[in-house]
Amino acid sequence: MSVVATPKVRRRGWLLAACLVWVGVLLLVPLVGIVITALEPGIHVVTQTLRAPDVIHALELTAVITAISVVVTALFGVVVAWVLVRQRFWGRSLLNATVDLPFALSPVTVGLAALVLFGPGGWLASFFESRGIQIIFALPSMTLVTIFICVPFTIREIVPVLEEIGLDEEDASRTLGASVWQTFFRVTLPNIRWALAYGVALTTARAIGEIGAVLIVSGLLQGKTETATLFIFRAYEERQVPAAYVVALLLAAVSVTLLVVIEFLRHRQERERSRT
Amino acid sequence: MSTPIVVEGLTKRFGSFEAVTDVTFTAPAGAITALLGPSGSGKSTVLRMIAGLEEPSAGRIVMDDEELTVKSVQERRVGFVFQHYALFRHMTVAENVGFGLRVRKQDKTVREARVRELLELVHMEPFADRYPEQLSGGQRQRVALARALAPAPRVLLLDEPFGALDAKVRQDLRRWLDELHRELGVTSLLVTHDQEEALELANQIVVMHEGRVEQVGSPGEIYDRPATPFVAGFVGAANVLHGEVVGGHIHLGSIRIPGAAQLPWGETLIAHVPNDDLVGVVEGDTIHVDLRNPKAFLVGSETSTERADVSART
Amino acid sequence: MGSVAQTLGGRSGLWSSQRTTAVLRHLALRGAAVVYLGLLVALPVLAVITKGFGDGLGTFRDAMATPAAWAAIRLTLWTSTVAAGLNAVMGTLLAWVLVRYRFPGRRLLSTLIDLPLAIPTLVTGVMILALYGPNSVFGRFLDDLGIRILFTPIAIVIALCTVTLPLVVRNVQPVLQELDPAEEEAAATLGAGPQATFRRVVFPAIRSAVVAGTLLTFSRCLGEIGSVILVAGNIPKKTLTAPVFIFQLTSQFKPAQAAAVATLLFGLSFVLVLVTSRLIARNEASA
Repeated sequence: MSVVATPKVRRRGWLLAACLVWVGVLLLVPLVGIVITALEPGIHVVTQTLRAPDVIHALELTAVITAISVVVTALFGVVVAWVLVRQRFWGRSLLNATVDLPFALSPVTVGLAALVLFGPGGWLASFFESRGIQIIFALPSMTLVTIFICVPFTIREIVPVLEEIGLDEEDASRTLGASVWQTFFRVTLPNIRWALAYGVALTTARAIGEIGAVLIVSGLLQGKTETATLFIFRAYEERQVPAAYVVALLLAAVSVTLLVVIEFLRHRQERERSRT
Repeated sequence: MSTPIVVEGLTKRFGSFEAVTDVTFTAPAGAITALLGPSGSGKSTVLRMIAGLEEPSAGRIVMDDEELTVKSVQERRVGFVFQHYALFRHMTVAENVGFGLRVRKQDKTVREARVRELLELVHMEPFADRYPEQLSGGQRQRVALARALAPAPRVLLLDEPFGALDAKVRQDLRRWLDELHRELGVTSLLVTHDQEEALELANQIVVMHEGRVEQVGSPGEIYDRPATPFVAGFVGAANVLHGEVVGGHIHLGSIRIPGAAQLPWGETLIAHVPNDDLVGVVEGDTIHVDLRNPKAFLVGSETSTERADVSART
Repeated sequence: MGSVAQTLGGRSGLWSSQRTTAVLRHLALRGAAVVYLGLLVALPVLAVITKGFGDGLGTFRDAMATPAAWAAIRLTLWTSTVAAGLNAVMGTLLAWVLVRYRFPGRRLLSTLIDLPLAIPTLVTGVMILALYGPNSVFGRFLDDLGIRILFTPIAIVIALCTVTLPLVVRNVQPVLQELDPAEEEAAATLGAGPQATFRRVVFPAIRSAVVAGTLLTFSRCLGEIGSVILVAGNIPKKTLTAPVFIFQLTSQFKPAQAAAVATLLFGLSFVLVLVTSRLIARNEASA
């Protein structure tokens, strides 16, 4: 079939070109750029960087914080979503609004909040200090702020699915003699599993990439409270540019993998949802 | 083995709204009882309270001489069939049917045998490994019925089981349910808004309106001797005719019915006449409406509802 | 669930141990949800607001009195506005292209657009550095032309546009999908040109989705730090954005001033999110 350059076809061409240029300039070219820049100095820089104790520690810390955040947000995410959908009570809409608060806040504000609560002279500082528990400039506050930022993801994925499946299947399970917990694990959970998985994938991506809040609460203690993103930040400031590029490339690779997983999960979920 | 369901003074309030008011009836053992009423009459709420899915505000539910009112859903051992099937969408047909046995920790071989037996009963054996989304509405409802029957429930509760199906399938399933019930003899309570369905399937009908019981009786009684104008109007698509008592006769337009001697002269009346009992008589180029068989139909005065027996006219 | 409260209130005569367990289970779950969100989300927000207005309006006024604070907020506001505007247009266009056109690489384009959701914002910043920096071919080329991108507000706008790219697209796309092309065809047969068709038929249908996505983008931009902190240069009064300014204040142990700026920023973006959710709700109600 030959393409005739009707006005319509020409218009399509222009619009498509505009889109491709926009996405290309903003995403594709920089993505290719970082791959080239990071690998340019040679493979030995990559291996050297990834073997440096600083880098290993930073990656481990990011993994720990991400793991805890994912577990906590998934667990409570299911509880909160269930309560929001299945219970009617005074203050429910307030609770619902609270879920979205982290979307409206700058990560910097979240870090600042943790500083106000746990920092020197903070509201809760003396309570933990007297018990010898270090919160600020340590793992607990870094994990807390990351969880805060990730709170909405699982909840916002699960709520619509729970609303859509309704109560019938849970009621049916109960009349067939299943206990509340059996009903939850055998009927409710399988129904929301893809939404939960999707939420977890989004949470993982967000937790790995968190910088603003962690920047403030970590105290930037090299080799102690330095996450992967904080390492990149410091390496860049200290002119260890090649190392910064390598770790950035590693994180980019992880997120591209995650994105593929997310896309897969979204298709699964859409397919599940299209069932009647 | 089957048990009657005794319901006494069952009441349900949602906030200040009373959805069910003082409902009392007994569903006889081994029979099908239909809870018949328009939507919003509270019949589904009654069924859900019997199942334990809804908590009554007052009243009792008794089965097997055992008070069930405070028992959890799990302990009641009722089979429940939902209007929209409520099949577990992530389980196959066989897994759906086996669910009730699985959660009761039944042995795997026992479970599999029972699942096979039930799938055979509902003629769904070839579909054992299908998922609900791959079945038609009628097939889904048969699976739902097999699933409800699998754990050998004491009673079977059906909430508008054919409501989501089209007319042809509904007709088939109705006949099939009738046969199945004859075979199993389990006490069944059927919620429906379709009077034809109730009249055809049930041994006993409980007519509900605005949360209250209007009449309890056999299909014949309900149809021929409606106790209230509502029942008369709801069952059998009755026509409302306004009339007057004139000298021992009731005049309904051009129709004259004798045998109303006990009624005072000049009393105004309303009569509910089923469609089937009205015939058109062609005389020249006019059509007169007449009664086919006015042996008994409800006649109420506009102020009170009292029954007036009208003798047959030939 | 109303029955639970009712039963708890003792208005019902029916009671059993099973029912007690059920009620307790409900309350326990609800309690867990409230405590989780209350301690984790609501408390920190309250802390910042209280800190910002800690000693009346004094701290707030002091913090705002520094020229750097105002300059930072102004810079954040205008760069966010530009970025939101650009993405409003390009995001709508992208959604249109993805929904209406079939072309090779459509799936890839769709996946690429989601990339900023997954990629760490700091890494986005690093990518911009790598591309526009003096060490790259592209950077040198621009240098020769006398165009400076890095450490100018242009870099900030590029960073903001990149990290918020998916927001408008993902808001508009589902609405466009629902739109029946027959309406556009009808408009065309009635003599409307492509521009008139878009303005009179398509745009009214997607308007609130575009607005919602744009507000969301704007609010995200106001708080963005990761992608900006490396590429902006953070020169006070020139390329120092409000979030970076807040970070600098905290590292100088001035949490009260930081809280004041943060409260202002948060107030702005909270109002925006509120408007957005209202819009979405209205949109859904009318759909």
